[in-house]
Amino acid sequence: MQFVINRELASKGFKPVWFVLSLLPVAWLVLRAVTDQLGANPAEALIRATGDWTLRALCIVLAVTPVRTVWGLAPLAKVRRMAGLFVYFYAALHLLAYAWFDMGFEVTDIAKDIAKRPFILVGFASFALLTPLALTSFHRAIKALGASRWQALHKLVYVIAGLSILHFFWMRAGKNNFGEVAVYAGVLGALLLWRLRRYWLNRKRLL
Amino acid sequence: MVLDKITPYKDASSYNNFYEFGTDKSDPAANAHTLKTTPWTVEVEGLVKKPGKFALEDLLKLSPMEERIYRLRCVEGWSMVIPWIGYSLSALIRKVEPLGNAKYVEFVSLADPKTMPFVGSRVLDWPYVEGLRMDEAMHPLTLLAFGMYGEVLPNQSGAPVRTVVPWKYGFKSGKSIVKIRFVEKQPGTAWNKAAANEYGFYSNVNPNVDHPRWSQATERRIGEDGLFAKKRKTLMFNGYEPQVGQLYAGMDLKKNY
Repeated sequence: MQFVINRELASKGFKPVWFVLSLLPVAWLVLRAVTDQLGANPAEALIRATGDWTLRALCIVLAVTPVRTVWGLAPLAKVRRMAGLFVYFYAALHLLAYAWFDMGFEVTDIAKDIAKRPFILVGFASFALLTPLALTSFHRAIKALGASRWQALHKLVYVIAGLSILHFFWMRAGKNNFGEVAVYAGVLGALLLWRLRRYWLNRKRLL
Repeated sequence: MVLDKITPYKDASSYNNFYEFGTDKSDPAANAHTLKTTPWTVEVEGLVKKPGKFALEDLLKLSPMEERIYRLRCVEGWSMVIPWIGYSLSALIRKVEPLGNAKYVEFVSLADPKTMPFVGSRVLDWPYVEGLRMDEAMHPLTLLAFGMYGEVLPNQSGAPVRTVVPWKYGFKSGKSIVKIRFVEKQPGTAWNKAAANEYGFYSNVNPNVDHPRWSQATERRIGEDGLFAKKRKTLMFNGYEPQVGQLYAGMDLKKNY
């Protein structure tokens, strides 16, 4: 079974399939927007859906390495960078939807809103921190930085995950509605714990 | 009365805040079918000469029905324009003859865990309680509503009887009301009890007083302002300043938000 999966993952078609699958959520949203299927408040629906998909993309990219290691699916490594860039893609769409539909691209209003609402500030900070990670995701950037510095920089993703959960938590706090927040926090927390455990085991081995 | 375009019924009946049926805007339309609106009685109690229980049928006959087209502004920053059917609450208030020391009116909504799945959730204290100062309750714009768009209220909009106070944020208008109480002291109201620094007792629509977490200067008109349209400016007292401004003469509206 593992062999069959690995053969499929290693095939040439895997990356393009992953790429197309990753675009399906935005395609679905655009389709529903142009056919007026987003309900009474399409702006709100788009802002929220792009936020949801950013969180999901974050869970997916952080799951790539644990899934690859635990189930021995080495070729999954091929899509890790693309999965990471899709986090940035959906985060950028989320920010764009907010800036456009909610704030009408009024820069001073956006600045005031960031200062006024902690959850907006945290979301914005999360996006700002993601930017250097997206910009250094190419081979030449990795070479220029050196592997260890690159890795240290990309550990920022855990800070980003924490800020994203806080952003979502505060957004839902107005209605004391934390069910979904707990699900994302649980998934991201479990993926972080897996890495801590691996780090701890490796260190023991080195000692 | 209002030149604004009426919000499509589809939007007004599918995008609702009625937390007894869930916190998502689509929850009330999906869940409120379980609400049983017949038989229904509204109990009037407290500081009145003639307390008593009113069957819905009697309330319907108490005063002639009128259609009133009002703007509805939600504290969350969106708005609708809704043709309500009902009569001024003052008709009922006069009938029960409030005593001189009745300074406030409290509206208690139904809280039936059997038919309202989210009663019991920790979001708010149940039942949902709202309140008005006596002069606000007596104001001719304050409506006791039984219908909208020429029909009886759909359950998700607060059937079978609700208040509509068009110059205040929507949450000030209680839905599915079972009790009206006349009291001397300002009542503790649902959102005020949940977060007093965010939701004041008055909660008049006011573009100059921001909610602590967001601006109230603009709003999105549901079903009308397209995706790419700029949000429209929110009007003082939701545009009803000429009618209700004098109720608050001399009051600091920043303090009494």
